[in-house]
This record gives sequence, structure tokens and C-alpha cells, in this order.
Amino acid sequence: MSSLPTKAKVVVIGAGIVGNSVAYHLARLGWRDLVQLDKGPLPNPGGSTGHASNFIYPTDHSKEMTQITLESMRQYKEMGVFTECGGIEVARTSERMQELARRMSSAKAWGIEDVEIISPERCKELVPFLDETVILGGFYTPSVGVVDSVRGGTIMRERAIELGALQSFANTEVLGIDVEEGRVKRVRTDRGDIEAEYVVIACGCWSPRIASMAGASIPLTPAVHQMKDLGPVPHFANSKGDIEFPIVRDMDTNMYERQHGSGIEVGSYAHRAILYSPDDIPSNAAATLSPTEFPFTQEDFDLQDEHALELMPEIIGDEKIGQKYAINGILSLTPDGMPIVGETPEVKGLWSCAAVWIKEGPGTGKSLAEMMIHGESEIDMNTSDIARFHEHQKATFHIKARTAEGFNKTYGIVHPNEQWESNRQVRLSPYYEQEKALGAVFYETVGWERPFWYESNAPLLAKYGDAVMPRTSEWESRWWSPIINAEHLEMRQTAGLVDLTAFVIFDVKGPSALNVVQQVAVRQMDVAVGKVVYTPVLSHNGGFKSDLTIMRLAHDCFRVVTGGAHGMADKKWFSDHCPADGTAQIEDLTSNFTTLGIWGPKAREILQSVTADDLSNEAFPFGNCRIIEIGPLRVLASRISYVGDLGWELYVPMEQGAKLWEQIWNAGQPHGLIPVGIGVYGTTGRLEKSYRAFGAELETEYNVIETGMQTPKVKAQDFVGKASHLSQREATPVAILCSLTVEDHTSSTGEKRYMLGREPIMTLDGAPIVDAKGRRSYVTSAGSAPSLGKHILMAYLTPEHSVVGNKLIVEYLGDHYPVTVAGVGAAPLFDPKNERILS
Amino acid sequence: MDVLVCIKRVPLVGGEILLTEDKMEIDDRRLGFGLSPHEECAVEAGVRLIEEFGGTVTVMTVGKAAAEEQLRDQLAIGPDRAILVETTSEFDPQGTAGALVEAIRSDGTNFDLIILGAESADTAGYQTGIRIAHALGRPVITNVKGIKVENGSIRCERQVGSDREVYEVPLPAVITVKDGVNIPRYPSVPGRIKARKKPVDKVIPTPPVARLEKTGLSVPPTKSTGAKILGHGPEAAIALVALLREIGIAK
Repeated sequence: MSSLPTKAKVVVIGAGIVGNSVAYHLARLGWRDLVQLDKGPLPNPGGSTGHASNFIYPTDHSKEMTQITLESMRQYKEMGVFTECGGIEVARTSERMQELARRMSSAKAWGIEDVEIISPERCKELVPFLDETVILGGFYTPSVGVVDSVRGGTIMRERAIELGALQSFANTEVLGIDVEEGRVKRVRTDRGDIEAEYVVIACGCWSPRIASMAGASIPLTPAVHQMKDLGPVPHFANSKGDIEFPIVRDMDTNMYERQHGSGIEVGSYAHRAILYSPDDIPSNAAATLSPTEFPFTQEDFDLQDEHALELMPEIIGDEKIGQKYAINGILSLTPDGMPIVGETPEVKGLWSCAAVWIKEGPGTGKSLAEMMIHGESEIDMNTSDIARFHEHQKATFHIKARTAEGFNKTYGIVHPNEQWESNRQVRLSPYYEQEKALGAVFYETVGWERPFWYESNAPLLAKYGDAVMPRTSEWESRWWSPIINAEHLEMRQTAGLVDLTAFVIFDVKGPSALNVVQQVAVRQMDVAVGKVVYTPVLSHNGGFKSDLTIMRLAHDCFRVVTGGAHGMADKKWFSDHCPADGTAQIEDLTSNFTTLGIWGPKAREILQSVTADDLSNEAFPFGNCRIIEIGPLRVLASRISYVGDLGWELYVPMEQGAKLWEQIWNAGQPHGLIPVGIGVYGTTGRLEKSYRAFGAELETEYNVIETGMQTPKVKAQDFVGKASHLSQREATPVAILCSLTVEDHTSSTGEKRYMLGREPIMTLDGAPIVDAKGRRSYVTSAGSAPSLGKHILMAYLTPEHSVVGNKLIVEYLGDHYPVTVAGVGAAPLFDPKNERILS
Repeated sequence: MDVLVCIKRVPLVGGEILLTEDKMEIDDRRLGFGLSPHEECAVEAGVRLIEEFGGTVTVMTVGKAAAEEQLRDQLAIGPDRAILVETTSEFDPQGTAGALVEAIRSDGTNFDLIILGAESADTAGYQTGIRIAHALGRPVITNVKGIKVENGSIRCERQVGSDREVYEVPLPAVITVKDGVNIPRYPSVPGRIKARKKPVDKVIPTPPVARLEKTGLSVPPTKSTGAKILGHGPEAAIALVALLREIGIAK
């Protein structure tokens, strides 16, 4: 065996599907001098790849997940290790039938056309050994298949070796990772040390342990997925290959059944969450089977046996078919269910590609390689970004609580607004008690408890009657209240007080601070002190990396305010653009400052009544910020709006928040000030104004021109993505973000239904709308526009469809609804001249 | 006929056996549990006899409460009921046999045949079957590789070198079997579901006086299993022939 090199450009730790994919794609894209290590033997080093069930269903409600899965399927097919067999997700309940219709919408929205809802009889035709009387129907995807993931990984590794790019070392255990001056320096192993510019952790369920060697965090947990193999099955006696019958997902019981040669594999996500820590996993030598095949615990599978028997009595009920093999297989779970991909925020040059399952492996490896080499990936990976985690989300308690809660939702019917029940009340704003007293219904954002609406506003329902657009169907009423719309209407008449403590706030300070913000922001940042700039932040290719607000507080100090969900990634992006000489520094002030927003026609009157500072439009115009005094407090007031009304964001140190609330609340009572929740701030207020949201409309797949957010001029200074942005401005956009209104909400059963987002938009004859870049039209955001009396959808449309008055349809839960293009580009439907904001 | 099969819960160890810090036990925190292959064959033999002649099969074990898992596993392939002789510590072979005999007597069933594995997979004392037979005053045949019951007696085969010994004893009797006596079936799902409803009686044994004292465990050094590469291409032929001669395959 050749000896370990002492230096390499990249050390990839892990030789499962992910590590092999990363190594191959780095090599394919031209990098050389790569070294791969695994403590286990090849080709199956003993991780989760070796015991995976290896089947792939392409559709997921997450666009990112679906795109990665489709890319992975493409690669498996190219390698010749993919066997198409089809798959049926069956429903035992009417709730599930609705969910299957929703899954079909997601499939179509993400471009998977060959899918259908089928009858129980058709299910039986395709899978003759299931009992069609226990199901109501199925969602059939003919393109489902199984892969040989160990073979696929081997092919990728061998290709990288053939390119002369990779040396691969099995049976080599990593003992440590050295970090010098914040950058990864070397990997220490039981066979010697290797200096490396980059280290990729692709160690599956061991990843947290490897990351912690470098002082970084990969917040995942090893967890059990139970499966058993039964056989021999007479139905499969004449089967030629590994699989000939479609794979059945018994969604309501959280189980699947698939043919596996002459046997049938029964797997489950229904049992109790069984979580481990990486240190619980035995060594290869001490493991009875492989290290990640834990002893099967039958008592956790007892109920699943009965469920499998119900669905497939001919096979499962056959006493001659025995259980040949059963394991508690270990896989990786994360607190939010998404993979952990990207450069660690803690250590430069240390990359994670973890919590990636078989169906995502090749695609994710490709994306990671693109990120390392080009700085960004073709597929927008922002919901997998390792930088997304806030500190508390790295705590073992959080990881265990959320993975335990999420595990049984693997096949669950998860509402788009569904809230976590575990590990709540971790971050509380200074107004939490006041909000609770007002009947706030709290939703969580990155640990913060945020009022979504206030029950104390329930009396407004009578005042506004049907204008609150009441909903009758359970699905759209879930995680929603008409009080949101009542708050909206009242805010438009008086004023609303909004808790915005969940903002991520950080300063960019120092002599080079201006250069840093100029580099990151599209808009001109060399503005007067006291100016507030809302700006897109672009990727190198000119797609949306973020959108955020920057206040210039001094010649050398800029305060960045951004949403909680994406704030940590934004912070890393700015941090990555700070010069190495330390002349610009990032200071995270998220926990130092709390923010209250006050908006509405009475906002000025209310605020003016508690401050001596001049708040008139002339003295304090839109887009400015300054310190004002409110009672005993010095408050940073910023005149901007995300809800479309006159008002300010008010920033004070966290401990003074309660005093600020008291001052504003008391002053507001004579003017009819009400507390307003995030339901208005995040949805109804912004949709009426056509304000875009990151992660919904804004993502790296779309550029500034397509969102309609371009300014007349581009600043002279350089910024990330400028070259791309300039050429995008020259070209005719192939898609334009539009606002649509729903013309008739009546479903096929006569009920009024309201889309929640992510539904496919189609032409009147039901054809999908696909732009010149192959992107489908789907609803990026949906919600009530109470001031307009309409339900608004945002969607990117091709230019020929981006015409006001153009009629299209939206598919929602299997029905088609007529919609009309009401606005093209950023033009707001409500107060189009922005008189409210600017007065 | 009524058959009793006695089994023992043992950890299923991997390649490398880890001991607890005090070196008194196998560190089984990461291990699954099962039976020795001989005992799986013992249960299968019992079930086959009942399928042939009718009657009942009872499985019995002396062990901790967790041993119910192994009793249920075995109930899934056909036995009618199980008895857990529940202990809080491990008994030596004499204590184990004593506890089993006590439970057999108090159960009251006059078992026509008691089947055990030749030895347990962990301590391999080879004693329990013989001690039970002695205590109950029954004939015993050990290390059985073939079974035939007819006319109130049992005829068993043992393997001795490449030859066979055949014994025939009258029932009731005790036998201990080796794996290979049959190929045990896998449990089916219906079998598992039925097993959940079958009775598992629990009895508490009179604590035995321990005659053997465990002073500690040590892991014997493992032989290197590393493959030896004899050579590459045609050059390997000479070394291969030499090796084949050495092990007596070629002359």
C-alpha cells in the first residue's frame, strides 16, 4: 500500500456516496492533488451508504431538495447504476389523499410531469400483492427507482483516480484536524499527517465528531431507521433483477415496502425516535455487522409488522416467508431536516457535506465542489447552508429535541406553516410578557417567539366582517386566523406595533468598512451618514444571495439588518468579504438590540407625541435613520417600511425594550394603536406592496432584472456579481416576477379554497409555463390582500404571459382555479404611488 | 408429546470483543442479543417434533428480565408458551441447571423430551443438559446431529470424527443438539404477531450456592486475519503450488 502524502490541496474525509461524489466532482472540475481518507475498508467502509435502502422518489415539497434529487438521479443513470421501477405513495385516509394532490402539485411545480393520482384498483394492477381495500388511492411516479449506491460511489472514486486527481486511502482513521489562525492547516491520521488547503467532512453520522476536532459544529445526530428483509417471496420467484414491482410507500403508517431480489424489504419511520451520539457507534472491528447496523429492536417494530400485514397480506401474512435480516440502520438527521453543506463558519477551508442521503448524494457532492471552486453552485443550496445555524441551534438539546419531533414526520403531512412543539421559548423579546397578556399566538423563528397574531384583536372581526376573507376549509385555516387580516385592515386605518426582535443585526466597522459593504451590496453605499439603503446582495452569477437593509451610522460604520432565518448566512457572507488585514470587522449585535416597528397613518402622530424631535416628512424623510429621544430613551429610528405604510423601525438596547414598549403603547392608545403580528408583516402587508421575500421570490436562480428590482443606474464601484448584473441588464429577461389575483376560489366540491404557495401556474389549457432557462412558473408566495379584497399570488412568468389582465390557471390540491395577472414587476397593487410611505 | 427447549440469552459479539472496565463482563452496550446457533436448532427440533406428532413446545430460560426478548423471538417460530426463570445475576452451570429443574418441577408438565443446545455461546460449559438429566433421573444424549422419535423412544445420531454413533433411549429423555441437526426457519411476521400474545410465565428461582466464582475475563489475542499476497501474475504460480503442497491439497 502506498504511503500517505504529507501535503494535499484537498483532503476529503469519508468514502461513502457523499465523499466519493465530492472527490469526483472536484476532479471533474479540474482540481488535482486530492486525498480521500476513510477509517473503514473499501468499497463499503461501514457507514450509512452500505445499508441504505437505496430507492429514490424524486418529489419533495422543497424545491431545493427536489432539484438535488433530480440531479442525483441523472448522475446515477449516467453511471448505469439506476434501475427504474416506479413508486406509489398510497393513502389510507382522505387527509392523505389531499396531501397526495399537494405532492402532485409540488411535482409539477418542480418540473416532474409524469405523475398521476391513481385508483386503488390501478394500485393493485401495478402491485398485485397489495390489498387495495385498505387504501383510497395512490400517487404514482413511474420515474422512481433504486440505485446501487456503493457501486456508484466506487465509479466516482475510480474516475477521480483515473483523472490523476485523487489518491484514496482506506483503513485510515482521522485523529485530529489542526487549525491555525482560523484556517484549516492539517489532518492528523493514524498513518501520518497531511497538510491541506481544504478539508471536506463527508463522514455521515460521524461528521459532528470530526468537525469538533477543528472546533466547528455540524449539528446532526445519528438516528435509527428500522428495516427488515423477508423472504423468499413466491411472487418474486421469476424476477430477473433486483426489482420489478413499484416501491410502495404506505404514507399514513410511515412505512415502505420494496422488492429486493427474491425478498421484500419493509422499512419504517414510524417507530419512536432512537437517537445516538457519534461516540455510540462502534469501531469497524467491534461491530457485529457494520458499525452503522445496530441490533434490531423488534419491540419498536411490532406495530409496523401489523401495518405491513394489513397492506400486503399475501406476502407479509405468509408463514413460510421468514425474516432473514433486520437492522436498526443508522442515518443522519438534522434539527430542520435539511442537509448541512458549505464552508463552516468557524474555520476557513473546512467544509461540510453531511446529513446527505442516498437520493441527494451525487447532486450535493457536485454542488459542494462548485461552491468550493466557483464560489457558488448551479442549484441554490441556501436551505442546506451550514452557515444557517444560530448558536442555540448547535446545542445537543436542540438537535435531539427537533430530530425526535421531526423523525415521525418523514412521511408526514406537514403544513407549510407548521410549528415545532419542542424546545420553544429559547429566545424571548423584552415584550414577551406584554404580548402574552394580549393573547399573542406565538410562532417561532430561529428560536425567537414571535406573535403571529393577537387574540386581543378578535373584536376587530366584527368590525370588518367579510373583509377579513374568512376561510372554511380546515387545511388553510390551520396555522392561520382571520384576525391577521383584521389587524391588517386596522393598521391601514390607525397604526400597528410590531415586534421585530428576531432581526439579525451586525455592524461592519473600521477603515475598510465602506469597501466591504460596497463590495457586497448592489446599491450605492457611499451615502451620507444617516441614510438607510435597502439592497439586493448578489452571487457571482448575479442571482440573489440575499436582500437586506444597511444603515450608515458613521463614515466607518454600517449597520446591517436582515431576517433571522437567513441572518447567520448573511453574516458569514459579509465576514468572508472582510479584508485579512483586519481593517474591517463584523460585530454581531443581534442580542444587543431589540426592534419595534410602528406603521400606519397614525404612526407619526403617536411617535411625535412622545418625542421632541421633529418627525415631519420634511425633517425626517423616508430612507433616513437617526437617534431620537423617547422619554428616557435614546432610540435609533429608521424610516422604512415592509408593510406599505408610514412608520419607523425603532432600535434600543435589549434591556430598554420594555420601557420603549410602554412609552409607545401608552402614547398609542388614544390613537387606536393595536399590536400587529408577523402574519401581517410577513405576508399580507408585503404582498399588497409586491415586496419580495428571500427564499420565496429571491434566490440565486433569479436575477435582479427578473424580479423587477433594478435601479435606473448601476453604481460605478465594483460589487459581487456586477459583471453578470450588467449583462443581465442588457439582455431581455426570460421571466418576470408578477402579482396575480385569484378570480374564483370555488373548488370542485363547492368550497372556497385559498392557495398557500408553491403551486404550479399553467396556461388556460393546462400546459405548464416554462421559461427559456427551463424554469417552471409556480407560486412563490401566496396570501390575503385584505385591503384589495383579493388573494394574491406571486409567480415568475414568461414575458408573453407577463401582461396585466392575462388569464392563467393555478393548480391547487388537484383543482384548477382562474387567476389574472394584476401586476408586472415590482409595481405594487396597493397604493401604487407609495403615497402612504412617502407622505 | 410435550417438549421443553432450554435456551440462553447471549450477546452477539463482533470481531473485536470489548470488556467492561472492571473486566468482569463483556461490554454489551452496543451489542445485540440472541442464542447460540445450537439452541436455534434445538427450538427448531422441538417445533418439528410437534408438527409431526402433535403436542406442545415450551421454551424456558434462566436469565435477566431482558431475556424475555429471546423467548418472544423463539415463540415466533412456533412454541406455545415460555417460562422465564428470572434472575438478577448470572448463575454458574450448576445453578442454572438447578433453577431449570426447580422450574420444570413446579410447572408440573411431564415433558417427554427436554432439548438444549450442546453448549451456550458465551461460557460453553457443556454441563446444563447433563445436570438436568441427572437431577430428573432421565437418560441423556449429548451433541446430537440427528433425531428420530418412534414408539416411545428417541434415536439420535452423533458425529464422531467422520463416523456416526447412534443411540436410542426411552422417553422421557434429555438431549443436547449441535447446529446442523436441522436448518432453523426464520420467524415470519404472522409468527411474530402471534408470539406477542403467547404467555410468558415468570418464576423466581431459589438462589443457588455458587460453587464457581468468576474472577475476571480476558480477551485472547486474535490471530491476524490479514490476507497474504502470494504474488502477482504468472510469478504467483510457484508460490501457490508450494502452498497447495504445504496444506496437502497437491502432492
